[in-house]
Amino acid sequence: MGVIHDNRWRLPKGIIMRRFILISVPYAWLLALFLVPFAIVIKISLSDTVIAIPPYAPTLDLAGGWAGIVAFFQGLDFETFEFLTSDDLYWKAYLSSLKIAVIATAITLAVGYPIAYGMTRVAPEWRPTLLMLVILPFWTSFLIRVYAWMGILGQDGLINQALLWLGVIDQPLTILNTPTAVYIGIVYTYLPFMILPIYSALEKLDDSLLEAAEDLGCSRFTTFWLVTWPLSRNGIIAGSFLVFIPTLGEFVIPSLLGGSKTLMIGKVLWEEFFSNRDWPVASAVAVILLLILIIPIILFQRNEQKQREAEG
Amino acid sequence: MAQVAAQKPVFAPWDDPKQAPLIQFKNVIKRFGDFVAIDDMTIDIYEREFFALLGPSGCGKTTMMRMLAGFERPTEGQILLGGQDIDAIPPNKRSVNMMFQSYALFPHLSVWENIAFGLKRQKLPKEQIDERVNEMLRLTRLSKFAKRKPHQISGGQRQRVALARSLARAPKLLLLDEPLGALDKKLRQETQFELMDIQEKTGTTFVIVTHDQEEAMTVASRVAVMDEGVMVQVDTPAKIYEAPNSVYVADFIGDVNIIEGRAKQISDQVNIAWAEGQPSIVGTSTETTFAPDEKIYFAIRPEKVSISAEKPEDTPNAFQGTILDIAYLGNISTYYVRIPSGQTIKAQTANTRRLSRRNFTWEDKVWVSFTTTAGVCLRE
Repeated sequence: MGVIHDNRWRLPKGIIMRRFILISVPYAWLLALFLVPFAIVIKISLSDTVIAIPPYAPTLDLAGGWAGIVAFFQGLDFETFEFLTSDDLYWKAYLSSLKIAVIATAITLAVGYPIAYGMTRVAPEWRPTLLMLVILPFWTSFLIRVYAWMGILGQDGLINQALLWLGVIDQPLTILNTPTAVYIGIVYTYLPFMILPIYSALEKLDDSLLEAAEDLGCSRFTTFWLVTWPLSRNGIIAGSFLVFIPTLGEFVIPSLLGGSKTLMIGKVLWEEFFSNRDWPVASAVAVILLLILIIPIILFQRNEQKQREAEG
Repeated sequence: MAQVAAQKPVFAPWDDPKQAPLIQFKNVIKRFGDFVAIDDMTIDIYEREFFALLGPSGCGKTTMMRMLAGFERPTEGQILLGGQDIDAIPPNKRSVNMMFQSYALFPHLSVWENIAFGLKRQKLPKEQIDERVNEMLRLTRLSKFAKRKPHQISGGQRQRVALARSLARAPKLLLLDEPLGALDKKLRQETQFELMDIQEKTGTTFVIVTHDQEEAMTVASRVAVMDEGVMVQVDTPAKIYEAPNSVYVADFIGDVNIIEGRAKQISDQVNIAWAEGQPSIVGTSTETTFAPDEKIYFAIRPEKVSISAEKPEDTPNAFQGTILDIAYLGNISTYYVRIPSGQTIKAQTANTRRLSRRNFTWEDKVWVSFTTTAGVCLRE
């Protein structure tokens, strides 16, 4: 955007208009699809639960004129948010989600980094194939893949059958419906989001830097630790956020693989909406989830911006 | 060193049989698959030398340097550093440092940290590292930029950081891979003298790879002209220029007239029949003897050919022709003189006068001439 601003005084008016239109279309789109629904969610979170359709009150009635609008705003309050603090289920669910998201991101990094590193160490003609394999899971539905994991991890699933057959265990292991299954599901699902940014950072790494480090007395390990790792930091940060942010609100994986014992805020949200039909509380949960996510999202944006500036 | 103050001795350890070479290549062969990059090379490089490897791209000069650094291993033969076979020593254990063509500065580290990088690996005490880094910063005039990151300084400054970083560990041998390739011409010339100055101050042996012959001639104590994995000639810049041992070297270094003919040798004097209707060129050959009627190449530098309106009387080598073309280069002009038998001879003169007072112009009839010792007689 800065470039456009700097050149504005030099550009003819027609071009400025065209640019404005060009930019305004995607921004209008974002506004309509993000800000408007979000405003609606905030509004619902400030409403009260009623047994009706829609299941909350007040509703905005423009037919009532000014008095109707005033009545509508008077009907809004922070009761639901107060309720959230009174029941320890909610903050426990937030904390549990945070914990699962942090641990899952760390595991995804530990698994994804070596894969990305390995991909940049092979001959260049192999790289497109390997990239393809990383992206391949996206070709089937996310839901089908999670269901497939139920088949793999279950009591009579593939893993248990294989281990029983090999004689490693004599009782089937309980993996499905435990936090372990949730971690496996999250790491599997979000691995490409970790691998791709790290791969792109490592691919840009100039080999002569590694030779220079070795020339200056580094062993293989210190070269990695002092040169490769810091220079892939932007990719690590980007990948970690891309995994952490969606994982925090994840609903499908914990509800399908985690059973009733895994407490995650995404599941609580779903239950409030569809089981309890308590839309205002569910909306309040969603608003707070977004507020929690705003911090990492801003950090992520800043990292992206710094990277762009460094590349100049 | 007080006793040498009276007369500075010529630096020529390669002529002194008592000197032990720092680096020895012994019948080194390097193959990449079927491709022979280095073909049976034997060469000694001495301490404090500034040794230039010169040649076109793909001639093996970079391979040679990478073998010294330890990034490549010879397929056959031995490389000795200070008498010790270095084949088994990995790059991080060699007392050899390299300045990379791309500089390979660590972008996430400041200038100071880049220079300190190698010292920290040696686990020196902090004060010693500080002292050494500051010394390097002073040597390369970078003290002001110590805190900057590589992308915040200019190309010339980056080049000096790369040099300081590779010199910081005080290596026995410093390898420079096209160190000035990324600089513009003016900066390159200044930096060449800086390099020589630093080499002299630190007393380090430098091996430089370059494809720029002027650069090699300026900085080096000896130049090795390479072609297809072979060192065609290894000599001082003056000898390479004045006494090339082959047409390849004569043609590669500087501008040259190469005249093909048939030899007729009488003791040192060689008469070369080279063009119909023209008197023979009289040349001198002390080291080689040509068989009667042997094919010979007479190489003469354009600046050793003079051009005049009247026939000069003091040399048998005088030929008349017409000026075909004039290349005006500011300080000098090159005249392309066509001899009636069809050959063109280049003659170069310094433009000591202003352009408007120039003596000769296109289509003028002139005499080109040179002394009997001005050129060299070569076989193919």
